[in-house]
Amino acid sequence: MSRMQSLLAVVAVLAVMGVFSVSAPALMNDYFVRILTVMCINAMLVVSMGLANGFTGVFSLGHMGFVGVGAYLSGVLSLSDAAKAAYLPDLPAWIAGLHLAFFPSTLVAGLVCIVLALLVGAPLMRLSGHFVSVATLGFLIIVNVVLINADVYTRGARTFTGVPLETTLPWAMAWLLLTLVVLARIVYSPKGRAWRAVREDIIAAQAIGIDVLPTRLSAFVIGAFFAGVGGSLYGHYLGSFSPAGFYFAYTFSLISMLVIGGMRSITGAVLGVVIVSLLSELLRNLERGFDIGFVAVPPLYGASQIVLGIILILIMIFRPSGVMGDLELSFGRIAALLHKGRKE
Amino acid sequence: MPERAQGEPGPVGKERSAAALLEVSDLRVNYGAVAAIRGVNLSVAAGEVVALLGANGAGKSTMLRTISGLSRPRSGRIVLGGEAIHRLPPARIVRLGIAHCPEGRRVFGSLTVAENLRLGAAARADRAGVAKDREHIYAMFPILSERRTQSAGTLSGGEQQMLALGRALMAQPRILLLDEPSLGLAPLLVQQIFRTLAELKASGVTMLLVEQNINLALDLADRAYVLRTGEVSLKGSAAELKADYEAVAAAYLGART
Amino acid sequence: MSFELYITQQIINAVSLGSLYALVAIGLSMIFGILRMTNFAHGDMMMVGGFSTLVLQNLGLGFGWAVVGGIGVGALAGVIVERTAYRPVRGAPEVTLLLTSLAVTYILENLGILIFTSSAQNFPLPDWMDSAFQLYNGQITFTQINLLTVALTGVALTALGWFVTRTDIGLGMRAAAEDMGAAHLVGLDVNRLIVVAFAIASGFAGLAGVLWAAQSGVVEPYMGFTPLLKAFVAAIIGGFGSIAGALLGGYLLGALEVFIVAFFPSEISPYRDAIVFCLLIAFLLFRPNGLLKRTQEVKL
Repeated sequence: MSRMQSLLAVVAVLAVMGVFSVSAPALMNDYFVRILTVMCINAMLVVSMGLANGFTGVFSLGHMGFVGVGAYLSGVLSLSDAAKAAYLPDLPAWIAGLHLAFFPSTLVAGLVCIVLALLVGAPLMRLSGHFVSVATLGFLIIVNVVLINADVYTRGARTFTGVPLETTLPWAMAWLLLTLVVLARIVYSPKGRAWRAVREDIIAAQAIGIDVLPTRLSAFVIGAFFAGVGGSLYGHYLGSFSPAGFYFAYTFSLISMLVIGGMRSITGAVLGVVIVSLLSELLRNLERGFDIGFVAVPPLYGASQIVLGIILILIMIFRPSGVMGDLELSFGRIAALLHKGRKE
Repeated sequence: MPERAQGEPGPVGKERSAAALLEVSDLRVNYGAVAAIRGVNLSVAAGEVVALLGANGAGKSTMLRTISGLSRPRSGRIVLGGEAIHRLPPARIVRLGIAHCPEGRRVFGSLTVAENLRLGAAARADRAGVAKDREHIYAMFPILSERRTQSAGTLSGGEQQMLALGRALMAQPRILLLDEPSLGLAPLLVQQIFRTLAELKASGVTMLLVEQNINLALDLADRAYVLRTGEVSLKGSAAELKADYEAVAAAYLGART
Repeated sequence: MSFELYITQQIINAVSLGSLYALVAIGLSMIFGILRMTNFAHGDMMMVGGFSTLVLQNLGLGFGWAVVGGIGVGALAGVIVERTAYRPVRGAPEVTLLLTSLAVTYILENLGILIFTSSAQNFPLPDWMDSAFQLYNGQITFTQINLLTVALTGVALTALGWFVTRTDIGLGMRAAAEDMGAAHLVGLDVNRLIVVAFAIASGFAGLAGVLWAAQSGVVEPYMGFTPLLKAFVAAIIGGFGSIAGALLGGYLLGALEVFIVAFFPSEISPYRDAIVFCLLIAFLLFRPNGLLKRTQEVKL
């Protein structure tokens, strides 16, 4: 089996799970359904972030900017007229008149992010190394400032609310599947090989004629599309949010998922989401304080984040390529593990 | 007759000499996955000048970098005056008496000539001795004395080479490693540099010299090794090698015996 | 109020703000110069300095000594971070260094939340600092805090200048910043130089934190975040890696921010930070070496 074929096979399995997802609310606790939904959204965000970061060697810290834009844009578009009147009274007429359903508003969010990414990426992807990171961080800050100050459209720093709760598990899973399929096709195509060449060695890549700028820009733009879509999904999952929710804390959360799972493979990104989500849940329960024998450990707010940070550092020191390393999960590999000595 | 090296030092092994200041045994060094040095034995006795010859990529610079501690060997030993140095950090190796005058000079362009010389003595503690040596260097290279408050980046290529040499000498090394001192310099300057090196040799400085210019190298050196693709392909006294040019050429390029 | 007086007041404000940016930017450039690493955790040293001074004051120490202590703890924190988190990954690709410093930031900020809670704490100042000099019939205010800022920054910068040009360690740091390999070859103890660089850089950030707390009246765990980013802008404007550049960039940025608020219509003021970062991006694109530096690897 070729790598791509087997990855697609895995995705097919996930599709089966998609069927399951439709029936999930009947099968399990609402709490678990919600966790799964968020994990799907996070997986989308992490995988799309990893596209630019892990596969072309450029670390963009501005991914959350697109997520925020996606959430707010789609949110404004899908507010009911009543909600618009109540929460955004000063909205200009041309927007106030627009009203889109969930799917179209999500698409619009993604498309707008594409345009935004082209504008932002064209100049920025030229830069090298940490300068891209600092510059894209600047982009994140600019988005944050605009969101906070354009309060006619966004209610500023106050909570933006009234967004219809449209993101169900099937929607989240469907979009995730689409993302995985699209990204898998890209990453394991000849173009994808070019992208990975750029990550490995820019000078060598240029020497064999790979044009670095369009490569990076494409990755950046595609990543931005899925970020915008993810933002819309997230917005319609939460129902209410504020600019602070699309800033540094969430960025770090995604980064930790990406890094722990492995920046070099799509499976790694997904795995990272699972690991970090479970870990966070577990640690969050500890944060509330617990008893060991007769010792009462007081609530330790922030401790779970500290643990996450320490894990990240340890990974950087001992296994920078994350849990998955360079590996991609595939049936070939599973079979090889089961039948030792069988060649892939 | 210069001996064809076969891995083990020969019976007349100067490698076995008790006066060997620097001894390299069965050294293997990798650059990533590529084996740059594949089992090299060489030695330098106190007061000797030993030349390391070979084509580009043969491993000469890697040898010097490994000796001065910038690269770690995969296996093998490097012994300086009885003490094993192949696992030590570069700063320690300098303190033990090895000074490396690197390829391309690498003077600190944003610092003055005087500051560069001061840095050469960074590993030394005796202020008075340092001051005296500095004057000695200025005497040896009057042009440096003239330009002592100028920043090193404004010096010409030849002046920078002298500065690099002076900086290395400031460390009062027991052995001086020289990496391509003639590189990029006009012939007149090259002659000047080698005249200086000859003076240094006469005053007893031990040197391991990597050089592309075979004639100048063999004129200066007592003994020489030829490296090819990470192995010693020929060794002998400078006189022997100068007399048998064909053997040296063959050793550079590889020929059937 | 006459125009000259208004400008003078703005200049006072600009110098005050610029001093803070300069202090943080210098440390950032120092670390980048010697390690080629963007230390995102640098801003949190401000928090460490601010909180340490607060704690020391609460423990009974006089303000002056508490400030000294705060700076010292900041320096120590930087050294500890370098030793535990950065040294093991030294030489790793840029991405790894970047991520490690992000992780350190996250840990430090949450440590601050853990110990001090996420809300802002009052930063008490001694009574004599509550006054101000009123000039020209009260049209120009020059507070004690302004004075303290300028004085301490001046002392710090002078000390740094002396250290870098006149001491052996300072010379070693300049050499290592220019050519790390050659620094090894001349026998410099590079590890020690790096430790010293971190100590100075973090100490400066700690001082900046104390002064920031004095100016704003509060300390809180995220206080270093925005100043760090501004310091980046300042350092890049001046030339990333150059101490003189960071100094220049810091004051230029301070002036820019103050003048945006002072001279542009008030609708623009909230977008001040966005403007600053647009400026950053502009510099990265068109003048990547900043104003003072000559050569650097910034673009493809």
